[in-house]
Amino acid sequence: MREKYKVFQKIVQLIKPSWFYIVISIASAFFSVVLTLYAPILTGHAIDQIVGQGHVGFVEVISILKILTLAVFLTGVAQWFMNYCNNTITYRVVKDIRIRAFEHLTRLTAEYADKTPRGEIISRIITDVEQFCEGLLMGFTQFFTGVLTIFGTLFFMIRMNGAISLVVIFITPLSLFVAAFIAKRTYTMFKEQSEIRAELTSLINEMAGNQKLVRAFGYEESAMEQFEELNEKLKTASRRAIFFSSITNPSTRFVNGLVYTGVGITGAFAVMAGKITVGQLSCFLSYANQYTKPFNEISSVVAELQNSIACAQRVFQFMEETPEVKCTENEIELQSVDGSLELVNVSFSYEKEKPLLKNLNLKVEKGQKVAIVGPTGCGKTTLINLLMRFYDVDEGKILLSGQDIRYVKRESIRKNYGMVLQETWLKTGTVAENIAYGKENATREEIINAAKAAYAHSFIIKMEKGYDTILSEDGENLSQGQKQLICIARVMLELPAMLILDEATSSIDTRTEIKIQKAFKQMMEGRTSFIVAHRLSTIREADMILVMKDGNIIEQGNHETLLTQNGYYKELYESQFAH
Amino acid sequence: MKKLLPYLKNYIKESIIGPLFKLLEAVFELIVPVVMAAMIDVGIMQKDTLFIWKTCGILVTFGILGLVCSLSAQFFAAKAATGFGMELRRAMFSHIEKLPYDQIDKVGSATLIVRMTSDINQVQTGVNLVLRLFLRSPFIVAGAIFMAFTIDVKVGLIFLITVPILAFVIFGIIMVTIPMYKDVQNSLDDVLCATRENLTGIRVVRAFRREKKEVAEFKDKSIRLEELQQRSGKVSALMNPLTYIIVNIGIVLVVWVGAGQVNIGHLTQGEVIALVNYMMQILLALLALANLIVSFTKAVASAGRINEIFDLSTEKNEGTYKPIPNEGPFAVGMENVSFSYGNREVPALSKISVDIAPGEVIGVIGGTGSGKSTFVNLIPSLYKAGKGKVTVAGMDVCEWDTKALRKEIGIVPQKAVLFRGSLRDNIKMGRESISDEVIIQSLKSAQAWEFVSKNSNGLDQFIQEGGKNLSGGQRQRLTIARALAGNPKILILDDSTSALDFATELKVRQELQKRKKKCTTFLVSQRAASIMHADKILVLENGEMAGYDTHENLMKKCDVYQEICASQLLKKEGCQ
Repeated sequence: MREKYKVFQKIVQLIKPSWFYIVISIASAFFSVVLTLYAPILTGHAIDQIVGQGHVGFVEVISILKILTLAVFLTGVAQWFMNYCNNTITYRVVKDIRIRAFEHLTRLTAEYADKTPRGEIISRIITDVEQFCEGLLMGFTQFFTGVLTIFGTLFFMIRMNGAISLVVIFITPLSLFVAAFIAKRTYTMFKEQSEIRAELTSLINEMAGNQKLVRAFGYEESAMEQFEELNEKLKTASRRAIFFSSITNPSTRFVNGLVYTGVGITGAFAVMAGKITVGQLSCFLSYANQYTKPFNEISSVVAELQNSIACAQRVFQFMEETPEVKCTENEIELQSVDGSLELVNVSFSYEKEKPLLKNLNLKVEKGQKVAIVGPTGCGKTTLINLLMRFYDVDEGKILLSGQDIRYVKRESIRKNYGMVLQETWLKTGTVAENIAYGKENATREEIINAAKAAYAHSFIIKMEKGYDTILSEDGENLSQGQKQLICIARVMLELPAMLILDEATSSIDTRTEIKIQKAFKQMMEGRTSFIVAHRLSTIREADMILVMKDGNIIEQGNHETLLTQNGYYKELYESQFAH
Repeated sequence: MKKLLPYLKNYIKESIIGPLFKLLEAVFELIVPVVMAAMIDVGIMQKDTLFIWKTCGILVTFGILGLVCSLSAQFFAAKAATGFGMELRRAMFSHIEKLPYDQIDKVGSATLIVRMTSDINQVQTGVNLVLRLFLRSPFIVAGAIFMAFTIDVKVGLIFLITVPILAFVIFGIIMVTIPMYKDVQNSLDDVLCATRENLTGIRVVRAFRREKKEVAEFKDKSIRLEELQQRSGKVSALMNPLTYIIVNIGIVLVVWVGAGQVNIGHLTQGEVIALVNYMMQILLALLALANLIVSFTKAVASAGRINEIFDLSTEKNEGTYKPIPNEGPFAVGMENVSFSYGNREVPALSKISVDIAPGEVIGVIGGTGSGKSTFVNLIPSLYKAGKGKVTVAGMDVCEWDTKALRKEIGIVPQKAVLFRGSLRDNIKMGRESISDEVIIQSLKSAQAWEFVSKNSNGLDQFIQEGGKNLSGGQRQRLTIARALAGNPKILILDDSTSALDFATELKVRQELQKRKKKCTTFLVSQRAASIMHADKILVLENGEMAGYDTHENLMKKCDVYQEICASQLLKKEGCQ
């Protein structure tokens, strides 16, 4: 409860800037409800003037109808204002929260982003924000107008006649009771349905997603059997859920009918006793018709409100509780970097229980090429994470140009690295924009030169619109090799003092690869480079080879010295050529 | 939508009875205002208490009848709709299982999954709503107009004018907003895409120090989304006020004209009240119809997407050849084989001719896009040669019974995928005859037994969807074991040792050597070291044969092969 209160406070903070719209919205809601309730009364008055043949008070009817027309137009205007304000508030708040959440995303620690499933973070920024705002704000207005309508109706009814009002007040809850009863029963049915559906979806995911495998192993029939079973189960569950939930409307309609009849009969006797007029009876009848509506709305809104508070909680949790990259105050800006790097007693682990890098020591001179080799999971990628300060070391220190990088601004560290990762990442946008990703004001000429240096120019100009071709999300319209070439061009555009290359050429065809390697050679000239590689050619040319295993550098040296050591490197090397 | 109707054919009865019950319910609903009018005009005016009680009885009876009718209608609608959904899902699943490989490549499996799940749900909801409401709403509208005319022709004319205006406004707003919502959806996709991109590219974004710029771009996209939402919001915000105004003006007119008619004795007071009620009923029915149309357009869009999948042609298998049991390894041959994906001009493979003796180990090497995978996928007839002939055991693969052919071939695909379930089931893959003994033997050959046996559940250990609870190397070894377990006559390893370290890969290769008597083996790789010891090596470049010979001969004659080896620095050592 306390927590909910806190969430509520935060929500108030969020919608505060829109207070003007909120005031108008509430005022319009008030007007529209009162006027809507007033209309049946006016109609009733008019009907009272139409008693029978020769007994029609035309003058009164006309003046009443004039007022009614005016009231109707005013109601319309008030309703429009209410809708307009609600939309404005909702969309604006959604936008504001999203931008804040996104800003937070750019400050998230790489660790959190690595560990958390992407879908989860995305659904917080997209779906949860949306549901929170729509549920909460739309829900709030519905709740407000609903309550207002209920009390307004009660007020007008009791003013006309207490006895008939009692009929409405006592029979109506029956419909709410029926609705709640059905909702409770159907809840478990819907839960069952969504569980089976989730199961079926994951089966479809597996089987349709890996259709090639299914086909190659002749697994079609087994897959179909599993599918049929779940499909049948889903049908039964869905039928029950859909049917029982669809009982609600007819049942409440039936109860409404009872209210209507009840009002009709008590009203009729009241008219005969001269307590009310026929016009008032008609007014009662139309109130009876709509009286249950706000109750139904409120009950559905309550569920929605609860859901939206849960969504809000998730959104706030994401923005407040997920770890952000911390900057200490006295971080300095690196002026110039000579390219030397030193690791002193570095230890690091992702999880405390599983130590990964232990007491790592390494000294790299300016311009050296360092090749990192070792089996998967040996800590190669982790080392890169530390060098670029995506993660901070647990113990020890990393010195860049003699400067402990924990006290250097991250931007200023990263500025000095050029990076080509194993997983090529491109942005939605043109080829040129992608190449100029690191240097926004690059001229077309610079871009083309970089592309030429990365041997990407020839295929780019063959594309439909050359450098202005739009790449879809993550470059789906390019081959893996082409993507990598563009990533290389991106670094070529502005070469920093240090390079990090992670298997950069693993899937480019042989000929291009040779050219790329030549280009790399030029690029690495005079630059400190770290290369994570399986390729022996790259490894052999390195000034220093780090052989990593289980988070440690187990061997260190150049190709020749390592071969003479008769260690792991030699085994690794020879296993390539043994029969 | 029409094309999907056949899936409703087992539920014709339900689909007709459901709406009929709905109509019946509507009839009962339409009678209520007239009964009420009679109660006022006869009961109250003539102070006939008995009559009042009678009309009440009628109202309650109608209420109960209406409830029974509508419950039956809901039941039949739910039955028909869910049955329809089930049949549609089944048909689509079995259709997907027959799609040829290249079609799956073209469509993409993500699309297939979305169409099978959310699109089918949408259509199912659409069918349910149509059965429940599509007849009811127009019937109520028409019925209310009809009743108005039976009460009074002059007032009926007011209905005849008001209803079209009302319908015009409601459907006009829908028609205007539907495309607007589409824009909103696209814009939302942009925002979603930006979020996803920034997550997947978190390192690149930071390495290039683009965080601020990315936030600025995201801001633009969010503002654009807000603008579009406001635009469509402004239009749809008109719906309630406008319909309210129109209906109430209608009521004003009804009362006004009604007053005149009452004065000359053509109408009674109760009838005026009934007419006002009919006007309200029309509004409610039209609004329900409007909601229905919105859901229906979504369902139609989904139906269109589903039909796109059904329109893809399926694999045909006309062959009948089945091999003699217990034959040795199979020979494989290709004569002048070419293959292109879809309508692409550049063939993925062209003029491939090879003759492979039973038991040979064939290495296949080449860069990405050189046609290596396409080449091996032609053998189990997963892709069908466009030109030329592929033979297995001397028989054209087209003559083979496809299932029988694939049963003899073990494939280890590039992507090491495992299914949710036990490790044993994953190795068996539906081939029930495989014993635990064979499974363990295969695991040993694939260098997987060591880590499998360490787990206390052994073969029963649970594997998560996609094999998420295993490392890449473990997954790859299991997929190798899976292929071996079928005791194949032809074994294909499609670049499937990439996640293994050199030492493990070597051991696997040695195990495969031992199986030479049992199967013909294809090793696809980018690493020269992995295939250089094969009996023969097929070198592919841009879909063409650049060489087909032993390592030694290729080193002498084949430029492409030499380049590959040189780039991987095998030149010296390889020639020793």
